[in-house]
Amino acid sequence: MTIASIDISLGSVETAENVSSKPSNTSENMSTPKISPPATALSVPKNAVAGEIAGRAIRTILPPLIGFALLIGIWAIVSMKNKGIPTPEVVWNAAVVLFSDPFYSNGPNDQGIGWNILSSLKRVAIGFGFAAAVGIPMGFLLGRFDFLNKALDPIISLLRPVSPLAWLPIGLLVFKRADPAATWTIFICSIWPMILNTAQGVQRVPQDYLNVARVLNLSEWKVITKILFPSVLPYMLTGIRLSIGTAWLVIVAAEMLTGGVGIGFWVWDEWNNLKVEHIIIAIFVIGIVGLLLEQGLLLIARRFSYDSNS
Amino acid sequence: MKSLVQIENVGMQFATKKGPFVALQGINLQINEGEVVSLIGHSGCGKSTLLNLIAGLTLPTDGSLICGGREIAGPGPERAVVFQNHSLLPWLSCFENVYLGVERVFGSKESKAILRSRTMAAVEMVHMAHAAEKLPGEISGGMKQRIGIARAFAMEPKILLMDEPFGALDALTRAALQDELIGVMQKTGATVVMVTHDVDEAVLLSDRVVMLTNGPAATIGEILEVNLAKPRNRLTLASDAEYTRCRAAIIEFLYQKQVKKAA
Ligand SMILES: Nc1ncnc2c1ncn2[C@@H]1O[C@H](COP(=O)(O)OP(=O)(O)OP(=O)(O)O)[C@@H](O)[C@H]1O
Ligand SMILES: [Mg+2]
Repeated sequence: MTIASIDISLGSVETAENVSSKPSNTSENMSTPKISPPATALSVPKNAVAGEIAGRAIRTILPPLIGFALLIGIWAIVSMKNKGIPTPEVVWNAAVVLFSDPFYSNGPNDQGIGWNILSSLKRVAIGFGFAAAVGIPMGFLLGRFDFLNKALDPIISLLRPVSPLAWLPIGLLVFKRADPAATWTIFICSIWPMILNTAQGVQRVPQDYLNVARVLNLSEWKVITKILFPSVLPYMLTGIRLSIGTAWLVIVAAEMLTGGVGIGFWVWDEWNNLKVEHIIIAIFVIGIVGLLLEQGLLLIARRFSYDSNS
Repeated sequence: MKSLVQIENVGMQFATKKGPFVALQGINLQINEGEVVSLIGHSGCGKSTLLNLIAGLTLPTDGSLICGGREIAGPGPERAVVFQNHSLLPWLSCFENVYLGVERVFGSKESKAILRSRTMAAVEMVHMAHAAEKLPGEISGGMKQRIGIARAFAMEPKILLMDEPFGALDALTRAALQDELIGVMQKTGATVVMVTHDVDEAVLLSDRVVMLTNGPAATIGEILEVNLAKPRNRLTLASDAEYTRCRAAIIEFLYQKQVKKAA
C-alpha cells in the first residue's frame, strides 16, 4: 500500500483522484462476483422476448467473466494473507498511472512502459525477420531435396530442444553487445519451427497438384509460384505462429539477462525496485501482447487456408 | 484413319515391399486420330496404370509407347489429363486454372488478349462462364469436373486422357456431363482415351471399348467396336439393337469371363 501511494503522489493529484474513484467501483463488482452475474442471467429469460440473443451473449461472455472474477478473487485473498503481494486495487491504480504516460523517457534506464514494449517487439521483429529469411528458404530446400533433409535432420533434432538462452553467451561473444545478443536468441528459437514446418509443407504438397504441373509442363518458376508456394503457405504460417509464440516467451527471459530497454528488463528492474505491482502489470501486458500476436497470425492464416478437399 | 498412339508390348511392374508386382503385361493397342477409346475392367486391374503410361506420368518397365511418332518419355501438354478428382488448384479461380494451361501451350506465340479469349471460350464451352471468377471451393463437384475438362480441352491436346472423369458424381450430374462431353468431342473432333467403370458410359461415348482382364498381370481381353452413328442420343439409343449388343458384350466379359472374386 505504501509503495502504491508513493507512486500515485509522483503522478498528478487529479489523476490520482480519478483513479481512486474508478477502482472502487470495480472492486465492488469484484468482491461480489458470484452474486451479481447469475442475477442478470435469471432476469433475462423472464422479462425479454428477444432474450434469446441476449441469453446467448450472456452464455458466451459470462463464463470468462466468472473466470476472471475468480482469478481476481483468489488474488485478493492471497494478497490479504501475504503482505508482499499487492492487492488488485493497488495494481489497478498503478496501471492507470503507468498507462497515463506510457511514452516518457528519462534516459536509457527509465522509460515508459510503451517504449519497453516497443523495444521488445522490435527485437522480436528483427530476430524473427532474420529467422524467416533464413528458415523459410532452408525449409523449401529441405523439403525438396531428400539428401539435404537427411543431412540436416539429425543436427536440427539435436539443436531444437536446446533452450535458446543457452545460445545467449555465444551471441554476446560474437556480437560483443547485449542488444544483438538478445535478438540472436530470438533468431535461434524462431528458426526451428520455420524450417521444420516449411519443409513439412513442401513434402505434403498433394501429388495431384504436382501431376497437374507435370502434365501442363509448367516452368520451375510457375511451379514455385502457382503450386508450391500457395500450398506450403498454410504450413509456413503455422511455423511463423509457433515461432512468434516462443519468441515472445524467450525475449522476456533474454532481456532479464541482457538489460537495456525492454519489457523483460523492465520486469527485472521493477523487481530490484521492489515494485511488485509493476511486475504483475508486466505479466498481464506480456500476456496480452502475446495473445494479440497469436490472434493476428491466426487471422492471417485463416485468410490463406484453402479447403483441402475443394 | 491415321494412327496417333501405338502401344507395343507394354508391361508395367511395380517394386513393392513384397517384391515385384506385375500390374500390366503384353498390352498392344493402336489409337487412331479422332477416336474415342474407353478402358473398362474390374477395380484394380490396371486401367489407371495404363492411362498414366500414355500420359507419361509413369514409364513402362517393358515395351514402348509412341505418340505422334515420338516415344513417350514424360508428361506433356499434348497429352492432357482430366483427373478423377479434378485436381483444380484451390487458390486459383476457375478462369485462372484454365488459363494456366492455355498460357503454357500458346503463351509463346499469342498475345494476352488472345490467351484470355481462348480461356473464356473453353469455359463457355462447358457452360461455366457464370462461375469463371469463382474459386473451386465455391462450386459443386460437377462444376469442378467441367472446369477440369475445359482446362484439358483448352490446351488443344493431340489426345485427351480421362481417368474416370465422372466417377465421383451422382447419376444425374454424370448424365448431364456425358451429354456435354459428347457435344464437346463432336465439336473438336478430339482423340480421347477414357477410363470408366460404367458400361453405359463406355457404349454411349466410345468408338471402341477396350476390356482389360483381371490383374495381376492384366492384359487386353477383348476389344469391342461400337458401330453407332455420332452424335449419339441417350434417349433413342435405349432401344437400339447395336447399343443392346454392345452392352451385353461388355457385361458378359465383365461378369462371366472375368468374374471378380469377392476380395
Ligand atoms: N505405384 C504403385 N506401386 C505398387 N503397386 C501399384 C502402384 N500403382 C498401382 N499399383 C497396383 O497396380 C494394380 C493396378 O492399379 P490401378 O490403379 O491401375 O487399377 P485401376 O484399374 O485403375 O483400379 P480402379 O478402378 O480401382 O481405379 C493394383 O493392384 C495396384 O495395387
Ligand atoms: Mg483407377
